[in-house]
Amino acid sequence: MLESKVNHTETGTLRVKTGFAEMFKGGVIMDVVTPEQAIIAEDAGATAVMALERVPADIRRDGGVARMSDPDMVVGIVNAVSIPVMAKCRIGHFVEAQILQSLGVDFIDESEVLTPADMQYHVNKHDFKVPFVCGSRNLGEALRRIGEGAAMIRTKGEPGTGDVVEAVTHARQIMGEIRKVQGLPEDELMTMARDLQAPFELVRYVWANGKLPVPNFAAGGVATPADAALMMHLGMDGVFVGSGIFKSGDPVKRAQAIVKAVTHYKDPEILAQVSRNLGEAMVGIQVVALTPEQKMAVRGW
Amino acid sequence: MNVGVLALQGDFREHKLMLERLGCSVQEVRLPKHLEGLSGVIFPGGESTTIGKLMVAYQMDAALKKFAASGGAIWGTCAGAILLATDIVDSNQPRLGLLEMRIRRNAFGRQVDSFEVPLEVAGLVAPFHTVFIRAPVIESVGEGVEVLSSFEGRIVVARKDRIMASSFHPELTNDSRLHQLFLEKVIGS
Repeated sequence: MLESKVNHTETGTLRVKTGFAEMFKGGVIMDVVTPEQAIIAEDAGATAVMALERVPADIRRDGGVARMSDPDMVVGIVNAVSIPVMAKCRIGHFVEAQILQSLGVDFIDESEVLTPADMQYHVNKHDFKVPFVCGSRNLGEALRRIGEGAAMIRTKGEPGTGDVVEAVTHARQIMGEIRKVQGLPEDELMTMARDLQAPFELVRYVWANGKLPVPNFAAGGVATPADAALMMHLGMDGVFVGSGIFKSGDPVKRAQAIVKAVTHYKDPEILAQVSRNLGEAMVGIQVVALTPEQKMAVRGW
Repeated sequence: MNVGVLALQGDFREHKLMLERLGCSVQEVRLPKHLEGLSGVIFPGGESTTIGKLMVAYQMDAALKKFAASGGAIWGTCAGAILLATDIVDSNQPRLGLLEMRIRRNAFGRQVDSFEVPLEVAGLVAPFHTVFIRAPVIESVGEGVEVLSSFEGRIVVARKDRIMASSFHPELTNDSRLHQLFLEKVIGS
Protein backbone atom coordinates (compact mmCIF):
# COMPACT_ATOMS: atom_id res chain seq x y z
CA MET A 1 0.00 0.00 0.00
CA LEU A 2 1.29 3.44 -0.89
CA GLU A 3 1.05 5.76 2.12
CA SER A 4 1.22 9.52 1.69
CA LYS A 5 4.17 11.27 3.34
CA VAL A 6 2.67 14.72 2.83
CA ASN A 7 0.30 15.47 5.65
CA HIS A 8 -0.52 19.13 5.44
CA THR A 9 -4.30 19.19 5.26
CA GLU A 10 -6.31 22.38 4.88
CA THR A 11 -10.03 22.78 5.56
CA GLY A 12 -12.45 25.62 4.72
CA THR A 13 -10.50 26.76 1.64
CA LEU A 14 -12.15 28.58 -1.25
CA ARG A 15 -11.60 25.53 -3.47
CA VAL A 16 -13.25 23.22 -0.97
CA LYS A 17 -16.19 25.62 -0.63
CA THR A 18 -16.81 26.33 -4.31
CA GLY A 19 -15.93 22.70 -5.16
CA PHE A 20 -18.77 21.58 -2.90
CA ALA A 21 -21.14 23.96 -4.70
CA GLU A 22 -20.05 22.38 -8.02
CA MET A 23 -21.34 19.02 -6.74
CA PHE A 24 -24.93 20.32 -6.60
CA LYS A 25 -24.97 21.12 -10.32
CA GLY A 26 -27.68 19.50 -12.41
CA GLY A 27 -29.61 18.89 -9.23
CA VAL A 28 -32.57 20.12 -7.20
CA ILE A 29 -32.36 21.58 -3.69
CA MET A 30 -35.69 21.38 -1.87
CA ASP A 31 -37.15 23.41 1.01
CA VAL A 32 -38.34 21.20 3.88
CA VAL A 33 -39.86 22.05 7.26
CA THR A 34 -39.82 18.64 9.01
CA PRO A 35 -37.54 15.56 9.10
CA GLU A 36 -40.36 13.62 7.35
CA GLN A 37 -40.34 16.06 4.43
CA ALA A 38 -36.53 15.86 4.32
CA ILE A 39 -36.73 12.08 3.93
CA ILE A 40 -39.33 12.44 1.16
CA ALA A 41 -37.02 14.92 -0.61
CA GLU A 42 -34.01 12.60 -0.28
CA ASP A 43 -36.03 9.64 -1.57
CA ALA A 44 -37.20 11.72 -4.52
CA GLY A 45 -33.58 12.46 -5.50
CA ALA A 46 -32.90 15.92 -4.04
CA THR A 47 -29.18 16.78 -3.98
CA ALA A 48 -29.67 18.72 -0.74
CA VAL A 49 -32.44 20.03 1.47
CA MET A 50 -32.96 23.53 2.85
CA ALA A 51 -34.13 23.26 6.46
CA LEU A 52 -36.49 26.02 7.54
CA GLU A 53 -39.47 26.57 9.83
CA ARG A 54 -41.78 28.00 7.21
CA VAL A 55 -41.58 27.86 3.43
CA PRO A 56 -41.58 31.27 1.69
CA ALA A 57 -45.27 31.05 0.78
CA ASP A 58 -46.13 30.81 4.50
CA ILE A 59 -43.66 33.55 5.47
CA ARG A 60 -45.39 35.75 2.90
CA ARG A 61 -48.85 34.83 4.27
CA ASP A 62 -47.97 35.19 7.97
CA GLY A 63 -46.02 38.45 7.74
CA GLY A 64 -43.99 39.66 10.74
CA VAL A 65 -40.25 39.13 11.22
CA ALA A 66 -38.81 35.95 9.68
CA ARG A 67 -35.63 34.69 11.41
CA MET A 68 -33.22 31.75 11.45
CA SER A 69 -34.96 28.46 12.32
CA ASP A 70 -34.84 26.83 15.77
CA PRO A 71 -31.57 24.87 16.15
CA ASP A 72 -33.52 21.78 17.31
CA MET A 73 -35.50 21.80 14.11
CA VAL A 74 -32.36 22.19 11.97
CA VAL A 75 -30.51 19.41 13.82
CA GLY A 76 -33.55 17.14 13.53
CA ILE A 77 -33.28 17.44 9.76
CA VAL A 78 -29.46 17.11 9.74
CA ASN A 79 -29.86 13.80 11.58
CA ALA A 80 -32.68 12.54 9.36
CA VAL A 81 -30.90 12.45 5.98
CA SER A 82 -27.54 11.50 4.44
CA ILE A 83 -27.59 14.27 1.83
CA PRO A 84 -26.26 17.78 2.59
CA VAL A 85 -28.42 20.15 4.63
CA MET A 86 -28.60 23.92 4.09
CA ALA A 87 -30.19 26.53 6.36
CA LYS A 88 -30.97 30.24 6.08
CA CYS A 89 -29.67 33.20 8.04
CA ARG A 90 -30.86 36.78 7.71
CA ILE A 91 -28.92 39.17 5.48
CA GLY A 92 -26.04 40.58 7.55
CA HIS A 93 -26.80 38.45 10.61
CA PHE A 94 -23.36 36.90 11.11
CA VAL A 95 -24.28 35.54 14.55
CA GLU A 96 -27.11 33.46 13.10
CA ALA A 97 -24.52 32.24 10.58
CA GLN A 98 -22.07 31.33 13.37
CA ILE A 99 -24.82 29.38 15.12
CA LEU A 100 -25.74 27.49 11.95
CA GLN A 101 -22.07 26.66 11.30
CA SER A 102 -21.71 25.31 14.83
CA LEU A 103 -24.77 23.08 14.28
CA GLY A 104 -22.96 21.37 11.40
CA VAL A 105 -25.10 22.56 8.49
CA ASP A 106 -23.29 22.06 5.19
CA PHE A 107 -24.26 25.33 3.48
CA ILE A 108 -25.75 28.65 4.62
CA ASP A 109 -28.18 30.68 2.52
CA GLU A 110 -27.88 34.36 3.45
CA SER A 111 -31.40 34.91 2.30
CA GLU A 112 -33.74 37.74 1.39
CA VAL A 113 -36.62 35.37 2.23
CA LEU A 114 -35.93 36.17 5.88
CA THR A 115 -36.23 39.73 7.20
CA PRO A 116 -32.87 41.52 6.70
CA ALA A 117 -30.91 42.19 9.90
CA ASP A 118 -28.69 44.80 8.29
CA MET A 119 -29.83 47.39 5.75
CA GLN A 120 -26.31 48.08 4.44
CA TYR A 121 -23.93 45.18 4.91
CA HIS A 122 -23.89 41.46 4.19
CA VAL A 123 -22.05 38.77 6.19
CA ASN A 124 -18.29 38.59 5.57
CA LYS A 125 -18.43 35.04 4.29
CA HIS A 126 -14.63 34.66 4.11
CA ASP A 127 -14.72 34.40 7.91
CA PHE A 128 -16.50 31.04 7.77
CA LYS A 129 -15.49 27.45 7.02
CA VAL A 130 -18.99 26.64 5.88
CA PRO A 131 -19.82 27.82 2.34
CA PHE A 132 -22.57 30.37 1.58
CA VAL A 133 -25.11 30.84 -1.20
CA CYS A 134 -26.60 34.30 -1.87
CA GLY A 135 -29.33 35.63 -4.12
CA SER A 136 -28.76 38.14 -6.88
CA ARG A 137 -30.73 39.94 -9.55
CA ASN A 138 -27.86 41.07 -11.75
CA LEU A 139 -24.14 40.56 -12.40
CA GLY A 140 -22.97 43.39 -10.13
CA GLU A 141 -24.89 42.01 -7.17
CA ALA A 142 -23.62 38.47 -7.87
CA LEU A 143 -19.98 39.62 -8.00
CA ARG A 144 -20.34 41.70 -4.82
CA ARG A 145 -21.59 38.60 -2.98
CA ILE A 146 -18.77 36.49 -4.44
CA GLY A 147 -16.34 39.22 -3.38
CA GLU A 148 -17.68 38.81 0.17
CA GLY A 149 -16.96 35.07 -0.08
CA ALA A 150 -20.14 33.45 -1.45
CA ALA A 151 -19.39 30.01 -2.96
CA MET A 152 -22.64 29.83 -4.89
CA ILE A 153 -25.12 32.29 -6.40
CA ARG A 154 -28.81 31.87 -7.09
CA THR A 155 -31.37 34.09 -8.74
CA LYS A 156 -33.68 35.75 -6.24
CA GLY A 157 -36.77 35.34 -8.32
CA GLU A 158 -39.82 36.15 -6.21
CA PRO A 159 -39.97 33.48 -3.50
CA GLY A 160 -43.23 31.98 -2.32
CA THR A 161 -45.22 33.04 -5.39
CA GLY A 162 -45.06 30.02 -7.69
CA ASP A 163 -44.57 32.57 -10.48
CA VAL A 164 -41.31 31.95 -12.36
CA VAL A 165 -41.23 35.33 -14.12
CA GLU A 166 -38.78 37.06 -11.78
CA ALA A 167 -36.35 34.12 -11.80
CA VAL A 168 -36.42 34.28 -15.60
CA THR A 169 -35.80 38.04 -15.51
CA HIS A 170 -32.83 37.66 -13.15
CA ALA A 171 -31.32 34.74 -15.08
CA ARG A 172 -31.59 36.60 -18.38
CA GLN A 173 -30.16 39.73 -16.79
CA ILE A 174 -27.09 37.96 -15.35
CA MET A 175 -26.42 35.83 -18.43
CA GLY A 176 -26.87 38.87 -20.70
CA GLU A 177 -24.44 40.93 -18.65
CA ILE A 178 -21.91 38.08 -18.68
CA ARG A 179 -22.09 37.98 -22.49
CA LYS A 180 -21.69 41.75 -22.60
CA VAL A 181 -18.57 41.69 -20.38
CA GLN A 182 -17.13 38.84 -22.44
CA GLY A 183 -17.39 40.88 -25.60
CA LEU A 184 -15.55 43.93 -24.24
CA PRO A 185 -11.98 44.86 -25.13
CA GLU A 186 -9.71 44.52 -22.09
CA ASP A 187 -9.20 48.25 -21.69
CA GLU A 188 -12.92 48.81 -21.01
CA LEU A 189 -13.11 46.43 -18.04
CA MET A 190 -12.39 48.96 -15.29
CA THR A 191 -15.17 51.26 -16.41
CA MET A 192 -17.46 48.23 -16.66
CA ALA A 193 -16.51 47.26 -13.08
CA ARG A 194 -17.41 50.81 -12.01
CA ASP A 195 -20.79 50.64 -13.76
CA LEU A 196 -21.59 47.21 -12.34
CA GLN A 197 -20.37 48.25 -8.87
CA ALA A 198 -18.40 45.01 -8.80
CA PRO A 199 -14.81 44.06 -7.86
CA PHE A 200 -12.47 44.52 -10.84
CA GLU A 201 -10.71 41.14 -10.52
CA LEU A 202 -14.03 39.31 -10.62
CA VAL A 203 -15.18 41.30 -13.66
CA ARG A 204 -11.89 40.27 -15.25
CA TYR A 205 -12.59 36.62 -14.39
CA VAL A 206 -16.00 36.82 -16.09
CA TRP A 207 -14.39 38.47 -19.13
CA ALA A 208 -11.76 35.72 -19.43
CA ASN A 209 -14.00 32.74 -18.64
CA GLY A 210 -17.49 33.71 -19.81
CA LYS A 211 -19.07 32.58 -16.56
CA LEU A 212 -19.26 33.35 -12.85
CA PRO A 213 -16.41 31.90 -10.75
CA VAL A 214 -19.01 29.89 -8.76
CA PRO A 215 -22.12 27.87 -9.74
CA ASN A 216 -25.28 29.86 -10.43
CA PHE A 217 -28.66 28.32 -9.59
CA ALA A 218 -32.26 29.27 -10.24
CA ALA A 219 -34.53 30.08 -7.32
CA GLY A 220 -37.71 31.94 -6.51
CA GLY A 221 -40.98 30.83 -8.08
CA VAL A 222 -40.10 27.47 -9.67
CA ALA A 223 -43.25 25.30 -9.37
CA THR A 224 -43.30 22.78 -12.25
CA PRO A 225 -40.91 20.46 -14.14
CA ALA A 226 -41.24 22.77 -17.13
CA ASP A 227 -40.25 25.79 -15.00
CA ALA A 228 -37.14 23.91 -13.83
CA ALA A 229 -36.18 22.88 -17.37
CA LEU A 230 -36.73 26.45 -18.59
CA MET A 231 -34.24 27.75 -16.00
CA MET A 232 -31.68 25.14 -17.09
CA HIS A 233 -32.06 26.25 -20.71
CA LEU A 234 -31.39 29.83 -19.60
CA GLY A 235 -27.96 28.72 -18.38
CA MET A 236 -28.59 28.01 -14.69
CA ASP A 237 -26.54 25.19 -13.14
CA GLY A 238 -29.37 23.72 -11.05
CA VAL A 239 -32.57 24.63 -9.26
CA PHE A 240 -33.86 25.48 -5.78
CA VAL A 241 -37.51 24.66 -5.23
CA GLY A 242 -39.02 26.33 -2.19
CA SER A 243 -42.76 26.26 -1.66
CA GLY A 244 -43.36 24.58 -5.03
CA ILE A 245 -43.09 20.99 -3.80
CA PHE A 246 -44.64 20.71 -0.36
CA LYS A 247 -47.38 23.26 -1.13
CA SER A 248 -48.55 21.13 -4.07
CA GLY A 249 -51.12 18.34 -4.17
CA ASP A 250 -48.69 15.42 -4.59
CA PRO A 251 -45.24 16.40 -3.25
CA VAL A 252 -43.58 12.99 -3.86
CA LYS A 253 -44.56 12.82 -7.49
CA ARG A 254 -43.79 16.48 -8.16
CA ALA A 255 -40.39 16.26 -6.45
CA GLN A 256 -39.40 13.21 -8.53
CA ALA A 257 -40.64 14.90 -11.71
CA ILE A 258 -38.64 18.08 -11.10
CA VAL A 259 -35.46 16.04 -10.42
CA LYS A 260 -35.88 14.24 -13.75
CA ALA A 261 -36.72 17.47 -15.55
CA VAL A 262 -33.45 19.12 -14.46
CA THR A 263 -31.35 16.19 -15.77
CA HIS A 264 -33.30 15.74 -19.00
CA TYR A 265 -34.13 19.39 -19.62
CA LYS A 266 -33.20 19.14 -23.30
CA ASP A 267 -35.56 16.19 -23.91
CA PRO A 268 -39.18 17.41 -24.41
CA GLU A 269 -40.52 13.84 -24.59
CA ILE A 270 -39.22 13.03 -21.11
CA LEU A 271 -40.49 16.42 -19.89
CA ALA A 272 -43.96 15.66 -21.26
CA GLN A 273 -43.93 12.26 -19.60
CA VAL A 274 -42.88 13.53 -16.14
CA SER A 275 -45.34 16.46 -16.30
CA ARG A 276 -48.40 14.17 -16.53
CA ASN A 277 -50.84 13.80 -13.62
CA LEU A 278 -48.86 15.71 -11.04
CA GLY A 279 -51.99 16.90 -9.23
CA GLU A 280 -52.49 20.47 -8.09
CA ALA A 281 -49.54 22.84 -8.40
CA MET A 282 -49.09 25.30 -5.55
CA VAL A 283 -51.62 28.12 -5.62
CA GLY A 284 -49.68 30.97 -7.12
CA ILE A 285 -49.53 34.71 -6.68
CA GLN A 286 -48.78 36.70 -9.79
CA VAL A 287 -45.66 38.78 -9.25
CA VAL A 288 -47.25 41.72 -11.13
CA ALA A 289 -49.99 41.77 -8.46
CA LEU A 290 -47.50 42.37 -5.63
CA THR A 291 -46.98 45.84 -4.19
CA PRO A 292 -43.35 47.05 -3.94
CA GLU A 293 -43.37 46.40 -0.15
CA GLN A 294 -44.40 42.78 -0.74
CA LYS A 295 -41.39 42.03 -2.94
CA MET A 296 -38.54 40.13 -1.32
CA ALA A 297 -36.17 40.35 -4.30
CA VAL A 298 -35.35 44.01 -3.60
CA ARG A 299 -33.69 43.03 -0.30
CA GLY A 300 -29.88 42.90 -0.62
CA TRP A 301 -27.31 45.64 -1.10
CA MET B 1 -10.65 8.84 -28.38
CA ASN B 2 -14.40 8.84 -27.67
CA VAL B 3 -15.03 9.07 -23.95
CA GLY B 4 -18.28 9.66 -22.09
CA VAL B 5 -19.09 11.56 -18.93
CA LEU B 6 -22.16 10.46 -16.99
CA ALA B 7 -24.23 13.66 -16.99
CA LEU B 8 -27.20 12.78 -14.77
CA GLN B 9 -26.12 15.17 -12.01
CA GLY B 10 -22.92 16.61 -10.53
CA ASP B 11 -19.77 18.28 -11.82
CA PHE B 12 -19.68 16.48 -15.17
CA ARG B 13 -18.73 19.67 -17.02
CA GLU B 14 -15.38 19.85 -15.19
CA HIS B 15 -14.53 16.30 -16.27
CA LYS B 16 -15.62 17.10 -19.80
CA LEU B 17 -13.35 20.17 -19.96
CA MET B 18 -10.40 18.15 -18.63
CA LEU B 19 -10.91 15.38 -21.20
CA GLU B 20 -11.29 17.89 -24.02
CA ARG B 21 -8.01 19.49 -22.98
CA LEU B 22 -6.44 16.06 -23.42
CA GLY B 23 -7.79 15.83 -26.96
CA CYS B 24 -10.79 13.54 -26.38
CA SER B 25 -14.14 13.85 -28.06
CA VAL B 26 -16.57 13.83 -25.13
CA GLN B 27 -20.16 12.58 -25.04
CA GLU B 28 -22.52 13.56 -22.20
CA VAL B 29 -24.27 10.34 -21.16
CA ARG B 30 -27.86 10.64 -19.89
CA LEU B 31 -29.58 7.73 -21.62
CA PRO B 32 -28.43 4.22 -22.69
CA LYS B 33 -28.22 5.28 -26.35
CA HIS B 34 -25.47 7.78 -25.48
CA LEU B 35 -23.04 4.93 -24.65
CA GLU B 36 -22.68 3.82 -28.27
CA GLY B 37 -19.13 3.98 -29.58
CA LEU B 38 -17.51 4.96 -26.28
CA SER B 39 -14.37 3.28 -24.93
CA GLY B 40 -14.68 4.67 -21.41
CA VAL B 41 -16.99 6.63 -19.13
CA ILE B 42 -16.25 8.86 -16.14
CA PHE B 43 -18.76 9.11 -13.28
CA PRO B 44 -18.46 12.63 -11.79
CA GLY B 45 -18.79 13.90 -8.26
CA GLY B 46 -22.26 14.92 -7.12
CA GLU B 47 -24.86 13.36 -4.87
CA SER B 48 -24.65 9.57 -5.11
CA THR B 49 -28.27 8.97 -4.02
CA THR B 50 -29.53 11.37 -6.71
CA ILE B 51 -27.36 9.92 -9.48
CA GLY B 52 -28.29 6.37 -8.42
CA LYS B 53 -32.01 7.10 -8.65
CA LEU B 54 -31.68 8.81 -12.03
CA MET B 55 -29.68 5.80 -13.26
CA VAL B 56 -32.46 3.40 -12.34
CA ALA B 57 -35.20 5.67 -13.76
CA TYR B 58 -34.07 5.34 -17.38
CA GLN B 59 -32.33 1.92 -17.29
CA MET B 60 -28.85 3.44 -17.22
CA ASP B 61 -27.85 0.94 -14.51
CA ALA B 62 -28.40 -2.09 -16.76
CA ALA B 63 -26.83 -0.30 -19.72
CA LEU B 64 -23.68 0.59 -17.75
CA LYS B 65 -23.30 -2.98 -16.43
CA LYS B 66 -23.53 -4.19 -20.00
CA PHE B 67 -21.03 -1.54 -21.09
CA ALA B 68 -18.54 -2.74 -18.45
CA ALA B 69 -19.14 -6.41 -19.28
CA SER B 70 -18.33 -5.75 -22.91
CA GLY B 71 -14.98 -4.17 -22.03
CA GLY B 72 -15.86 -0.52 -21.44
CA ALA B 73 -13.65 1.26 -18.89
CA ILE B 74 -15.17 3.26 -16.01
CA TRP B 75 -13.66 5.69 -13.51
CA GLY B 76 -15.80 6.98 -10.67
CA THR B 77 -14.79 10.05 -8.63
CA CYS B 78 -16.32 10.60 -5.16
CA ALA B 79 -20.07 10.00 -5.68
CA GLY B 80 -19.08 8.12 -8.82
CA ALA B 81 -16.87 5.81 -6.76
CA ILE B 82 -19.80 5.04 -4.45
CA LEU B 83 -21.91 4.00 -7.44
CA LEU B 84 -19.25 1.47 -8.49
CA ALA B 85 -19.01 -0.27 -5.10
CA THR B 86 -20.39 -3.68 -4.20
CA ASP B 87 -20.93 -2.69 -0.57
CA ILE B 88 -22.00 0.75 0.78
CA VAL B 89 -21.89 1.03 4.58
CA ASP B 90 -25.34 1.70 6.13
CA SER B 91 -27.07 2.25 2.81
CA ASN B 92 -29.29 0.36 0.40
CA GLN B 93 -29.07 3.04 -2.29
CA PRO B 94 -28.73 1.93 -5.93
CA ARG B 95 -25.19 0.91 -7.02
CA LEU B 96 -23.62 -0.98 -9.91
CA GLY B 97 -21.34 -3.30 -7.92
CA LEU B 98 -18.65 -3.27 -10.60
CA LEU B 99 -15.70 -2.96 -8.20
CA GLU B 100 -15.44 -5.27 -5.22
CA MET B 101 -15.01 -2.86 -2.32
CA ARG B 102 -16.72 -1.70 0.84
CA ILE B 103 -17.14 2.09 0.79
CA ARG B 104 -18.27 4.52 3.51
CA ARG B 105 -20.04 7.76 2.55
CA ASN B 106 -19.09 11.09 4.19
CA ALA B 107 -16.25 9.28 5.97
CA PHE B 108 -14.42 12.45 7.01
CA GLY B 109 -17.48 14.27 8.43
CA ARG B 110 -19.64 17.13 7.22
CA GLN B 111 -18.75 19.94 4.80
CA VAL B 112 -16.76 21.97 7.37
CA ASP B 113 -14.40 18.95 7.55
CA SER B 114 -13.78 18.86 3.77
CA PHE B 115 -10.11 19.43 2.92
CA GLU B 116 -7.27 19.61 0.40
CA VAL B 117 -3.97 17.75 0.72
CA PRO B 118 -1.09 16.73 -1.56
CA LEU B 119 -1.06 12.93 -1.90
CA GLU B 120 1.08 10.30 -3.58
CA VAL B 121 -0.63 8.15 -6.16
CA ALA B 122 0.96 4.99 -7.62
CA GLY B 123 1.95 5.59 -11.22
CA LEU B 124 2.41 9.37 -10.81
CA VAL B 125 5.88 10.80 -10.18
CA ALA B 126 5.06 13.89 -8.09
CA PRO B 127 2.31 14.13 -5.43
CA PHE B 128 -1.21 14.95 -6.64
CA HIS B 129 -3.06 17.89 -5.08
CA THR B 130 -6.27 16.24 -3.90
CA VAL B 131 -9.60 17.84 -2.97
CA PHE B 132 -11.84 15.81 -0.63
CA ILE B 133 -15.44 17.05 -0.34
CA ARG B 134 -17.73 15.16 2.04
CA ALA B 135 -15.69 12.34 0.64
CA PRO B 136 -16.10 8.58 0.96
CA VAL B 137 -13.29 6.17 1.89
CA ILE B 138 -12.79 2.62 0.73
CA GLU B 139 -12.75 0.52 3.89
CA SER B 140 -11.71 -2.71 2.25
CA VAL B 141 -11.19 -4.16 -1.21
CA GLY B 142 -11.73 -7.61 -2.71
CA GLU B 143 -9.18 -9.93 -4.22
CA GLY B 144 -7.17 -8.55 -7.09
CA VAL B 145 -8.21 -4.94 -6.44
CA GLU B 146 -5.10 -2.79 -6.51
CA VAL B 147 -4.75 0.10 -4.04
CA LEU B 148 -3.22 3.12 -5.81
CA SER B 149 -3.34 5.65 -2.98
CA SER B 150 -4.30 6.03 0.63
CA PHE B 151 -4.55 8.87 3.12
CA GLU B 152 -3.80 8.27 6.80
CA GLY B 153 -4.09 4.55 6.20
CA ARG B 154 -7.49 4.80 4.48
CA ILE B 155 -7.82 3.75 0.85
CA VAL B 156 -8.73 6.58 -1.53
CA VAL B 157 -7.86 5.23 -5.00
CA ALA B 158 -8.43 1.64 -6.11
CA ARG B 159 -8.50 -0.17 -9.42
CA LYS B 160 -9.17 -3.57 -10.90
CA ASP B 161 -8.69 -4.13 -14.62
CA ARG B 162 -10.87 -1.55 -16.38
CA ILE B 163 -12.65 -0.11 -13.35
CA MET B 164 -11.11 2.64 -11.19
CA ALA B 165 -12.45 4.55 -8.18
CA SER B 166 -11.17 7.66 -6.38
CA SER B 167 -12.52 9.43 -3.28
CA PHE B 168 -11.33 12.87 -4.31
CA HIS B 169 -11.89 15.29 -7.21
CA PRO B 170 -9.06 15.61 -9.76
CA GLU B 171 -11.50 17.52 -11.99
CA LEU B 172 -11.48 20.45 -9.52
CA THR B 173 -7.75 21.04 -10.08
CA ASN B 174 -5.72 21.92 -13.16
CA ASP B 175 -3.76 18.66 -12.88
CA SER B 176 -4.79 16.29 -15.66
CA ARG B 177 -2.41 13.45 -14.81
CA LEU B 178 -5.08 11.13 -13.39
CA HIS B 179 -7.30 11.70 -16.41
CA GLN B 180 -4.31 10.88 -18.55
CA LEU B 181 -3.66 7.76 -16.50
CA PHE B 182 -7.30 6.72 -17.02
CA LEU B 183 -7.03 7.24 -20.79
CA GLU B 184 -3.65 5.52 -21.22
CA LYS B 185 -3.54 2.82 -18.56
CA VAL B 186 -7.17 1.96 -17.84
CA ILE B 187 -8.87 2.45 -21.21
CA GLY B 188 -5.65 1.48 -22.96
CA SER B 189 -5.12 -1.72 -20.93
